[in-house]
Amino acid sequence: MTEQLRFRNLTLGYDRHPAVHHLDGAVRTGSLTAVIGPNGGGKSTLFKGVVGVIKPLAGRIERNGVRPQDIAYLPQVADIDRSFPISVYDMVAMGLWRGKGLFGGIGASDRDTVEGAIAAVGLTGFEPRPIGTLSGGQMQRMLFARLMLQDARVIVLDEPFNAIDAKTCADLLDLVRCWHTEQRTVLAAIHDLDMVKANFPDTLLLAREPVAWGKTAEVLTADNMLKARRMCEAFDEQAEACVVAA
Amino acid sequence: MLFDTFIAPFAEFEFMRRALAGTFALAFGAAPIGVFLMLRRMSLIGDAMAHAILPGAAVGFMIAGLSLFAMAAGGLIAGFVVAVGAGLIARSTQIKEDASLAAFFLISLALGVTLVSVKGTNVDLLHFLFGSVLAIDDPTLLLIVGIASLSLIVLALIWRPLVLECVDPGFLRSVSRAGGPAHIVFLALVVMNLVGGFQALGTLLAVGIMMLPAVTARFWARDITGMIGCAIGSAAASGWAGLLVSYHFNLPSGPAIILVAGALYAMSVLCGPVGGLIWLALPQKHLEA
Repeated sequence: MTEQLRFRNLTLGYDRHPAVHHLDGAVRTGSLTAVIGPNGGGKSTLFKGVVGVIKPLAGRIERNGVRPQDIAYLPQVADIDRSFPISVYDMVAMGLWRGKGLFGGIGASDRDTVEGAIAAVGLTGFEPRPIGTLSGGQMQRMLFARLMLQDARVIVLDEPFNAIDAKTCADLLDLVRCWHTEQRTVLAAIHDLDMVKANFPDTLLLAREPVAWGKTAEVLTADNMLKARRMCEAFDEQAEACVVAA
Repeated sequence: MLFDTFIAPFAEFEFMRRALAGTFALAFGAAPIGVFLMLRRMSLIGDAMAHAILPGAAVGFMIAGLSLFAMAAGGLIAGFVVAVGAGLIARSTQIKEDASLAAFFLISLALGVTLVSVKGTNVDLLHFLFGSVLAIDDPTLLLIVGIASLSLIVLALIWRPLVLECVDPGFLRSVSRAGGPAHIVFLALVVMNLVGGFQALGTLLAVGIMMLPAVTARFWARDITGMIGCAIGSAAASGWAGLLVSYHFNLPSGPAIILVAGALYAMSVLCGPVGGLIWLALPQKHLEA
């Protein structure tokens, strides 16, 4: 069982204040892990660290052969300019960037791939539409199609199912399960614990400090949830420097 | 009659043909840049940069008189200094980029006007501020055409990161580091095209042929390729019609070109098929689905 990601005494945060504090552990290759915890618990911060958007305050992340830019990442709030005049098709095709780079042409087989991804998320017929005309759920479907094209070994989804209706949610979950069977490593921040129980074999419960990490059934205990809830959300401006050995 | 009005001035006078060629070249170079400035919500940056090139051109003028290359080189240097300087100050202090750019361009404008006035006459100053499209000579024409060609080629090269940085900068950062360099190259294109436009339209109006066709195009096309096509067409049409208006009614040609572009804009706001006011005001039945 190989490790795709290994966190070694990892502390991530902003302005020296930790948002993820002393996290140790590994994400197995091909595993499907839910990251749960209260708002402000460090889920998004951990993901930003994994994809290299922020640098660790202490400790390190080992990615075992995968470069940060090879990780497909769906942010919680994508800063997409929805008024920009670009079509759904072009937006999805951007997922081919890794293979195509700045100048690579998009040939007939690539067009089939793009069409296939658009069909897989149920957006066939939307190709020429400007992205500004999509609903929230359709937007999320489009972003999943782009993720598919990125064909990444590691996929990080930050609260992908927020404000998404049940049908869309089920469709997109199917895609996530499909990625799992393809042995891709998937990390997803999820708030719906029933969804976690039903679909995610592994769970990390994060409340700034890692509370529990392992098989979902062993993590989702009343005791652990209570511990997570006691976590204090606000930064303490008077906080002393952390003395835990780095 | 039609020939007399629309073709004859160009057939008859070489300076009119040069002016037309110059404005067409400007249309191909500057209008696509304007579309990107608009989509990046940087419409007024072009204005600021246009003022910023003035002191550089003025220093070139002081050293070498009305020498094309001295003024163009001075303008390019001043434009880059201001673009980079404003960016650096924005990053190292709490002042935002637009505020520091505003400070820079006001200083530049005052400095430029002072420099030109010290060395030259009021006629020179007018040339600097409003250009003289009817006095385009061969080297100037070559410079404008060269800048337009170069900027079209470069735009094609940085197209993907430029578009992606507008629409989804977070995604671009996650797949590539091309966003930052593409932005800098794009700013360089803005400065270059303003220096080209400066020769014909002056520092105050050069930005007009860049931005007015771009905002006009927004009312005619839904996708970016169409917008750029419309912008180029509208800029070229403004050049042609503006020169004719200036010829027939004996008006200054630079302002006439920009006024025509302005008229096209006003017309598009009213009747453009994409969100024109008339279409919004017309009662239209909603569709089945």
